[in-house]
Amino acid sequence: MSDTVTARPTRPDILTFLQAGGVYLAIALLLLFNLACTPNFATVANLRLQLVQVVPVMIVAIGMALVIATEGIDLSVGSTMAISAALLPLYLGYGTWPAIAIAMLAGAAVGCVNGSLVAFARMQPIIATLGTLVACRGLALVLADGRLTEIFDPILGALGSDSVLGIPISVLLVLVVTGAAAIAVHRAAFGRQLLAVGGNRAAATLAGLPVKRTLVIVYVISGVLAAAAGVLTTARQGASDPSFVGLLIELSAITAVVVGGTPLSGGRVRILGTLMGALLMQLITATVIQQDLPDSTARMLQAGIIVAAVYVQRGRTRA
Amino acid sequence: MTAVEDSAATRAEPRTVARLLWWRPDRAGTPIVLALVLVAGSLIFGESFASGRNLGNIALDSSYLLLIATGMTFVILSGGIDLSVGSLLALSGVLTAYGSRWGTLAAVLLPLAVCGVIGLINGLLIGRARIAPFIVTLATLLFARGLAFAVADEGNKVYIIPADLTLTQLGQARWLGLSAPVWCALVAFAAGVVVLNRTRFGQATFAIGDSQEAAELMGLPVARVRVLVYVLSALLTGLAGVLVAAQTQSGLPTIGEGRELEAIAAVVIGGTLLTGGAGSLSGTLAGVLLLKVIQNLINQVGTLTTYYQQVVSGTFLVVVVLIQSRLTRRRMR
Amino acid sequence: MTTSAIDVRSVSKHFAGVRALTGVSLELHPGEVHALVGENGAGKSTLIKLITGVYRPDDGEVRYLGEPATFAHPRDAQAAGISTIYQEVNLVPMRSVAGNLYLGREPTNRIGLIDFRRMHRDARDILAGYGIAVDVRRKLGELGLGVQQMIAVARALSTDARVVIMDEPTSSLEPREVDLLLDVVALLRSRQAAVLYVTHKLDEVFRICDRVTVLRDGRLVHTGPVAGTTRLRLVATMLGRDVDQIRRHGATTFDDHQREVTGTPVLRAEGLTRRPLLDGVSVEVHAGEVVGLAGLLGSGRTETAEAIFGVVGLDAGTVSVDGDSARRWNPAAAIRSGIGMVPEDRKSEGIVGELSVRDNIVLAALPRLTIAGFVSRRRQDEIVDTFIRRLRIKTSSPDQRVSDLSGGNQQKVLLARMLCLHPKVLILDEPTRGIDVGAKAEIQSLISELAALGLGVLLISSELEEVVEGAGRVLVLRDGAVVDMLRGDDVNEDRIMHAIAQASGGSADV
Repeated sequence: MSDTVTARPTRPDILTFLQAGGVYLAIALLLLFNLACTPNFATVANLRLQLVQVVPVMIVAIGMALVIATEGIDLSVGSTMAISAALLPLYLGYGTWPAIAIAMLAGAAVGCVNGSLVAFARMQPIIATLGTLVACRGLALVLADGRLTEIFDPILGALGSDSVLGIPISVLLVLVVTGAAAIAVHRAAFGRQLLAVGGNRAAATLAGLPVKRTLVIVYVISGVLAAAAGVLTTARQGASDPSFVGLLIELSAITAVVVGGTPLSGGRVRILGTLMGALLMQLITATVIQQDLPDSTARMLQAGIIVAAVYVQRGRTRA
Repeated sequence: MTAVEDSAATRAEPRTVARLLWWRPDRAGTPIVLALVLVAGSLIFGESFASGRNLGNIALDSSYLLLIATGMTFVILSGGIDLSVGSLLALSGVLTAYGSRWGTLAAVLLPLAVCGVIGLINGLLIGRARIAPFIVTLATLLFARGLAFAVADEGNKVYIIPADLTLTQLGQARWLGLSAPVWCALVAFAAGVVVLNRTRFGQATFAIGDSQEAAELMGLPVARVRVLVYVLSALLTGLAGVLVAAQTQSGLPTIGEGRELEAIAAVVIGGTLLTGGAGSLSGTLAGVLLLKVIQNLINQVGTLTTYYQQVVSGTFLVVVVLIQSRLTRRRMR
Repeated sequence: MTTSAIDVRSVSKHFAGVRALTGVSLELHPGEVHALVGENGAGKSTLIKLITGVYRPDDGEVRYLGEPATFAHPRDAQAAGISTIYQEVNLVPMRSVAGNLYLGREPTNRIGLIDFRRMHRDARDILAGYGIAVDVRRKLGELGLGVQQMIAVARALSTDARVVIMDEPTSSLEPREVDLLLDVVALLRSRQAAVLYVTHKLDEVFRICDRVTVLRDGRLVHTGPVAGTTRLRLVATMLGRDVDQIRRHGATTFDDHQREVTGTPVLRAEGLTRRPLLDGVSVEVHAGEVVGLAGLLGSGRTETAEAIFGVVGLDAGTVSVDGDSARRWNPAAAIRSGIGMVPEDRKSEGIVGELSVRDNIVLAALPRLTIAGFVSRRRQDEIVDTFIRRLRIKTSSPDQRVSDLSGGNQQKVLLARMLCLHPKVLILDEPTRGIDVGAKAEIQSLISELAALGLGVLLISSELEEVVEGAGRVLVLRDGAVVDMLRGDDVNEDRIMHAIAQASGGSADV
């Protein structure tokens, strides 16, 4: 057979445009709508509130995006947040930073378990992380004895509520994480390996890449980021609440990733898109609430957005 | 002729240690563990565990999960997953309570109809539009929860089912020492067993999960079967919601969070492969009971908090799947 | 003669400008086993898909039992009595034998439930008719592939198939299983079914088939009774060579002088065994030498390459480079010890389509280029620029997505990926398949150039011309074993074809 030149249809139709920029368009429309119709929307306080509320989802979603780029999924992020939150008050006696370090280490450990189950035991990511989801929530509750613990710690307090140059510290942290993730994906060797493993595992193996190590690392990153989200949530609430912290956040995170244009089939990742996906979902909720519409409307709208986003991307998933 | 026989025999399953120990998660493993746990529980806790009252509680607790897990078994066997069941449970409960103002019939039919429609939407998006089941049912998870809250006025309104309604009396009736939800679950389960094992639809469900491509080449109505399993799952969950509402005389939009994961865990612990194609409803029954008995036992231990339930369940899930995948991999190679 | 079961009348089919079939005709009679042979890309599978309704012909028509056949879906063809048995068993492995036989049409009792007792009894009877005695309640996947394949045949036939198309049904079977399957094929013939038997194995053509049709490059090049031809003639027709006058110089662009190199080999692979595909293959490659691996598809060419590169586990055998052998052999270890491989299947094992040309080129070199987690952009650019220039990769920029390149340029990207590792040995599995003439010539001269620079090359190709003119030494494989080693003047198409055509365990019947 002769050379099959891949003549790709390059006409810039609406679908292609929506695939690439749908999230940004939706956010822009929502912002315009709010500026026009919602009183007190464009106040600093309100904007800051919206951002601070979505910080944990954003941080978790960035880890999730990396995992999804390897054709995986991490359901355990919410429970990892709970473990991190439960550990904080236990170790605050040794100082704030050691406690935070221990919380992050626990997140890494959970990620390591997930990654090993996926890479070495070749378990399906969804079932491996479902197991750790259930087990870790239980573990968090055992650690905290199921109780909510109020925390009075100046450093954590600052993390939760202080601002630098008018920007909340937690938002700054999101920017740092986003930057780091973007560099890791676009500049570092790790990003290439990650995308190769997700895009064509056979080719990655034949190129001699450390496929298994890459998988473990990506789940560890997801675990550490989840733990960080747990610390931030605890700091903002001024209390460690292992029963509820991060509950169902895995769904919000997956939603943000998918809406942000990262296909579940792996091999591609959009870090900024993920951030925007989380922001879009937050804006929908905020808009609905500020228009005095019930919260339930927001959920139903979000459901529609998810299906629409995936439907639009459907044509691109096979590549 | 004998040659074929030989060739078949040499390809028999390898004699793994697991096989020698009779540990076959897809057949007898979970029931055996269940039996051991029951005996151990009775020996250790005596009356407080093995009393009719406590066992009745376990049965009641299991019945809702059994209904959901029965539908989930069909979905997983077909190679899919249904995350929307937890929300559907709440939606169905709320609609039952809402509909009870027009009598028992409305209270039962309204939630079933709505759940059936949502199941149909799941099925069409998955079976016909071929969007990943995970995403579709994640969206309906959000949608159904939203709808439940919308009906319940954002949770501000709790619809009460009148005590004198037939539904209430049915829901709280007992026959032969077992409560109505338990009977309902058992009947639905038995019907599920017949449908799965004795109908072409059931056989096709297995085949599609085993190899969708082969099923298509063999001329099976793949899309139709995939649509139907999601409708079935939604209807059974709807029924569970009706029963919960009848039992509690109210519908709360907050219930059922995380139930989808519990149901998936029960199905997988019961030996059904998450990739589909192999498994059984009897395994699911054992998986449901095992989860609930373990939860009950942990409650019995005064020194252990209930939170250990989750640690045990989660670890158990991972270990079972690990052993499962080892066995199947060896068998298929 | 009675009406033919299938009558294909000069059909043509092309995809995106590429002609897959040009004016091919084929008649299939009841009670005959008709062999369809040809190398990869000859158009065999396109022809099958035209018959079974997966594709529609652009030109010409397919008639079934004298009527024009326009099946919209393979299901319809199956319902009409055309059954296809695929290379890979297309049954559901976790269901029972009987379940597979009856899936979708299980016998039911009065209230619509499946009557398993009857199903099992009937299944047993059907299989007994083919001489298969297995417990029909066992899971299909627990049985040997041969038995599975026969159950697929039995399923096809229990639907009263008038036409059975078998697409390389024996490619994954062991010899004993092949015997059994061929018995069943003979049984089919005696029952007046028409069998289209697609195969690469000449033994089977001569054992079981009545007539044979040869396709090459989408055209029909030969059709006639098997009795009237010879193995050698068949091989020559398949490969497009003339038996009587095989020219020494063809259209390749390799150097004229392929020398055989002696001394200590740089690559030494011994006794590579992976049943049933590979049986004790040994290969040595010296620095600066191009060694050819010839053989028909399924002879173990690709399996040998994969074994050397550590892609698959082995039952036995060792690989060493410059005398050193790693304890854990996998592609990463093979690359570290100086072996490079460009796989046969460019799309599914080679390129990472979503990534750029640059990323694809440096993919395998990543571990070497990384300092503190970062890849030096400068060194990356050096490598990428060098190879884009040297291999003349046509790309708008190094940042273009690799899946947007043509096949030839993708192949060059894969070559660059391995060459930038400075390997001592390069394994090339079908390096010029499916790429345009220009790129093909460039890659061929590059191979000679690399060998002249001291690289050892193991060249696998289904094109005899390429092997003969590119390699200084040729190993001929058949049924997973080396059957001949040719060197010097013996490296010619005639000798290779003789070696391939030799009957198993016997001499060539020219």
